[in-house]
Amino acid sequence: MTATAMKSELTQPQLQAAFYDLDEHDHPEGGSTMLGFWMYLMSDCLIFAMLFAAYGVLGGSFAAGPGPKDLFDLKLIALNTAMLLFSSITYGFAMLAMEKDNRGATQLWLLVTAVFGAAFLFIELYEFSHLIHEGATPMRSGFLTAFFSLVGTHGLHVTFGLIWLFTLVVQIGKKGLIPANKRRLMCLSLFWHFLDVIWIGVFTFVYLMGML
Amino acid sequence: MRPPESRPKPRHLTALARALAALSMTGALSACNTVVLNPAGDVARQQGDLVVISTLLMLLIIVPVMAATVIFAWRYRASNKEATYEPDWDHSTQLELLIWTAPLLIIICLGALTWVTTHLLDPYRTIGRIDANTPVAANAKPLEVEVVALDWKWLFIYPEQGVATVNELVVPTGRPLQFKITSSSVMNSFYVPAMAGQIYAMPGMETRLHAVVNKPIETVGFSANYSGAGFSNMRFATHAVTEADFAKWAAGVKANKTGPALDRATYLELEKPSEKVPVIRFATVAPDLYDAIVDMCVEPGKMCMSEMMALDARGGLGKAGIRNVEMLAYDKHGREAVAKANATPNAAVQRELAWVRALCRQMPGSAPDNTVKAPANLRSLTGAGMAAPQSLPLFGKDEQALAQPKAESPVAVNDAAHSSQISRN
Amino acid sequence: MEVVDHSHWSPILGRLWWDAMPQEPIVLATFVVVALGGAALVAGLTYFKLWGYLWKEWFTSVDHKKIGIMYMILGLVMFLRGFADAVMMRIQQSIAFNGNEGYLNAHHYDQIFTAHGVIMIFFVAMPFVTGLMNYIVPLQIGARDVSFPFLNNFSFWMTTAGAVLVMASLFIGEFAQTGWLAYPPLSNLAYSPWVGVDYYIWALQIAGVGTLLSGVNLIATIVKMRAPGMTMMRMPIFTWTALCTNILIVAAFPVLTAVMTMLTVDRYLGFNFFTNDFGGSPMMYVNLIWIWGHPEVYILILPLFGVFSEVTSTFSGKRLFGYSSMVYATLVITILSYLVWLHHFFTMGSGASVNSFFGITTMVISIPTGAKLFNWLFTMYRGRIRFELPMMWTVAFMLTFTIGGMTGVLLAVPPADFVLHNSLFLIAHFHNVIIGGVLFGIFAAINFWWPKAFGFKLNEFWGKVSFWLWVPGFWFAFMPLYILGLMGVTRRMRTFDDPSLQIFFIIAAFGALMIAGGIGAMLVQFAVSIWKREELKDETGDPWNGRTLEWSTSSPPPEYNFAFTPIVHDIDAWEDMKRCGVERPTAGFRPIHMPKGTGSGLILAGLSTVLGFAMIWYIWWLAAVSFLGVIGFAIFHTFNYKRDYHIPVETVEQTEAERTRQLAAAGA
Repeated sequence: MTATAMKSELTQPQLQAAFYDLDEHDHPEGGSTMLGFWMYLMSDCLIFAMLFAAYGVLGGSFAAGPGPKDLFDLKLIALNTAMLLFSSITYGFAMLAMEKDNRGATQLWLLVTAVFGAAFLFIELYEFSHLIHEGATPMRSGFLTAFFSLVGTHGLHVTFGLIWLFTLVVQIGKKGLIPANKRRLMCLSLFWHFLDVIWIGVFTFVYLMGML
Repeated sequence: MRPPESRPKPRHLTALARALAALSMTGALSACNTVVLNPAGDVARQQGDLVVISTLLMLLIIVPVMAATVIFAWRYRASNKEATYEPDWDHSTQLELLIWTAPLLIIICLGALTWVTTHLLDPYRTIGRIDANTPVAANAKPLEVEVVALDWKWLFIYPEQGVATVNELVVPTGRPLQFKITSSSVMNSFYVPAMAGQIYAMPGMETRLHAVVNKPIETVGFSANYSGAGFSNMRFATHAVTEADFAKWAAGVKANKTGPALDRATYLELEKPSEKVPVIRFATVAPDLYDAIVDMCVEPGKMCMSEMMALDARGGLGKAGIRNVEMLAYDKHGREAVAKANATPNAAVQRELAWVRALCRQMPGSAPDNTVKAPANLRSLTGAGMAAPQSLPLFGKDEQALAQPKAESPVAVNDAAHSSQISRN
Repeated sequence: MEVVDHSHWSPILGRLWWDAMPQEPIVLATFVVVALGGAALVAGLTYFKLWGYLWKEWFTSVDHKKIGIMYMILGLVMFLRGFADAVMMRIQQSIAFNGNEGYLNAHHYDQIFTAHGVIMIFFVAMPFVTGLMNYIVPLQIGARDVSFPFLNNFSFWMTTAGAVLVMASLFIGEFAQTGWLAYPPLSNLAYSPWVGVDYYIWALQIAGVGTLLSGVNLIATIVKMRAPGMTMMRMPIFTWTALCTNILIVAAFPVLTAVMTMLTVDRYLGFNFFTNDFGGSPMMYVNLIWIWGHPEVYILILPLFGVFSEVTSTFSGKRLFGYSSMVYATLVITILSYLVWLHHFFTMGSGASVNSFFGITTMVISIPTGAKLFNWLFTMYRGRIRFELPMMWTVAFMLTFTIGGMTGVLLAVPPADFVLHNSLFLIAHFHNVIIGGVLFGIFAAINFWWPKAFGFKLNEFWGKVSFWLWVPGFWFAFMPLYILGLMGVTRRMRTFDDPSLQIFFIIAAFGALMIAGGIGAMLVQFAVSIWKREELKDETGDPWNGRTLEWSTSSPPPEYNFAFTPIVHDIDAWEDMKRCGVERPTAGFRPIHMPKGTGSGLILAGLSTVLGFAMIWYIWWLAAVSFLGVIGFAIFHTFNYKRDYHIPVETVEQTEAERTRQLAAAGA
């Protein structure tokens, strides 16, 4: 509609109604949260992309030291991967429970997720301490630097995910499954599955391709 | 000197272009020594010409835009009530087409020019001509100079002559020069503006530069990449002298038996940070010193990079090599510690494990030769059917070059990856 | 070379010891002046009992307008610091000839040029740009705040925390002596053993968090919170450029974070990402940092392109020529900016084909940029151009930036770059685009939107004085640098041999002096305008006959921006409303839902500053405590669920009645 047409045809109240939202209601809170969190995840994904790229560049620089075949234990890693995958599944159950507004079940599944997550972390730390004990420290070579940084950054993310998860369990306990908490559960869900996807990349790119 | 028949126009045009540029870039420019636009070396000259040609090409659009800005700003000022005023005019397909295609056309020209000249003037490429009229003789052997950027001075090794200098570069005129460039600690950039463009000098890697100097000249070179406290004084005198004078100079350095010899111990001493180092001339040079520098294994007891990478290519040394770090450490302890470690070189040797010594006999490998050979037939210099910058259509191209079929595949555009390092990955 | 032993370490204070206190007389004097000035400021604020006001109304505010203004103040303060560095360099370079060492030793001079670059990019240009977007974007899209108001406050304080660390380095310890991008191996622990590079890392890392979150925030705001009717292709052009900039931020700053983290672990834990030995690759750093660094350039310039578009259209009294062409040009630039990073190091020895590829992609960017320039030209064409200050800056930009763009394309030709790389020609080029583009744009924007932010115009006389000192001053300062570049003079030099160069440096120093005058005049302009604010008062809220929604509300806008959310039918929504003769509704108001202020952002950023400082000085216990503090406080903050409130309808009615009175007084 052109300006002049409007001016000639409409009365002032009509014009006002056309140009102002006169009957406005509160916007639902957190309308942008998922979008914002998704963008954060994508930026985090870029950090991992950089670490993968660094691993791609430095992955063959053993500095006359050990390579993947000398160091990695695929069985341990398979177990580790299983832990993280299970934790993703149990997180899914937590979300299903949330959909049914079942507070107790949500908390329970979250705690089960935490157990799997903690197991993952524990195995990872065991692997790290084993490597360092053998002398395969990140200082030893470009390859080990890139390896520890990539896997370690993922591990740090899982750690923060766990802290967040426990915080949420408490918050659900205090406030129940209110919309704000549901939103937070959704965000953590995205985060948790995102870490899963990254781990699949790590597992394939670092461990499998390193051993094959 | 009369230019040859085949290419009369370009020479006039570049001269004209240079004059125009001098005019357009303020009067002061022609008065001062703009060495970049008016160098003594053929490579730098072509690069300088390219600066001028590209500028002129872009001025084709820049000048009208700037003029239009001023004219429109004046003509449509609010106080000028006579000018047309169309507050709702906001689109014109023809104009839109124009404003996207005009820059596009310029960029197509410039892009073509870029593609060709980047290949022609690739520093890794041996030079194909001494100057516009003189191709390089088929049997000409370039003078090789090995350049090492140290904290904060330059070391030049002349393997053919068996001599070396610090902070003094002497080169013969009219002979192709091949520089092999590395650094001992941090990044620098090797740059003699009067001779050719620059290239980075990086530790543990080798970069290359090919150049020629066409007339005797006293000039200066320096590091063009900041490298720490002594950076400002990383200047070296550069003398281009005739072949005969060069031979005489080299023989003079060689003959000075009282002069110092450049062996590994001397190098390790020289490598320590220092500033404003006066010219040093070494009568002899340890033969594998330069390779050891690139390989970061001058210091006794260090494993050479090339050896390390050969081992890595085979999958490393496994857990057996895990504790084997002292022989690899190069810059963990920094500039001060280099000095400390060098004070007692024997200690370093003692730390070395016996079985490691068997593995690493400190045999530096030479860096792979990434040089791109300039083709013998200068016609193919023109790349994929395109002419060298001097004979772009814009500047009166001779018909023949255009008509020349792409008979032989151009060696010039060989995509050889010159990863400058001794491939690190 | 004098080697100072900084190896002292104690469990309580880490590396911090007496040798960290200012040693050089210039720094010591500056320290005394700043300390006295700071003390006077604190005393003044205490005397006038302003702390409570500042805390309540500003520091803890989540109002995007106030945060925007705080960003601008941060940018301005840091600009004075960065400019002081520039003047010191100009003086040093104009006297250090013929064996004269000048008045700055290498340790001091090298810090200055590093700090100048870091400050001007991260703590001047970025806060200015972010501040502008923060202030203008929600108003332009008819929103009441950004999507995540708390995050906005937090982002601002994180940026400030980074700035605080950089400023601290002036007096406690040292700043990096590496150049503004801190290339390893030079920036590795081996070659930069003391705290300089650590200050650099932590300042950038902490400020980077702020920048990234603010990027996320503004994208969400633009995507989700536009007024009804404002489709993507009806968004004001400034909002479009802001959107693209924030996309660039979100897609580029993680790279910086990653690279800085890698450098951190190299320095702190002896990792081997960028070392010479153990298979590290310094060249990887150069690649990665420029993958962030080149988009960063467009992060800075794109919003200002938006500003110039708004200004040109407003002061020509015309619709913007080729709006969609502008939008697509912006998008093309956004995408292409990721494909050109290698042009910053053609001289590192990539092959000719790689170099040509990146050279040509770089040139291609000049096509959309050129199209933009033509669009501004044809916006002026058949307009009625009022040469108020914002328009003057815009014309100065068009003339200056064109030259800078041309030299930029020139540098993109690899063989030309081989002779001009790292030369003063390069310095002249990027100052030509950053001063001529970003700064001139900021000045245009400040003059343009100041009346919106404060309700009175800026003094024109002093604005013109500033303009006429700045623009020729810029040419005096940087034309000689172009010439010096062609004379083969490289950057970051502290002393020179060739006496024939000196005259050019003296001319450049004179230019810097003129710019100093321009900055002084600008400060006077602000002061005079505030002093005479009653005379310069604008009650209409629309002093320039503006075209977009921010001009439809009062100046300064009420906390809630718009009593009724406007509905958009046209790109120039406010112009459209004016033409239709819509009257502002004066009744039927409702309570307005708004976010509540919080001190959490400030506290978290404060803890981060302590964390950064402790890490820089190896004070491990403090680092651990402040890290746990950050985590703990962040968790504590999430337990606060009451983050909003309603502005009661009475307050809205009062505010709007006042506005009605204002408009009547202004005769509108």
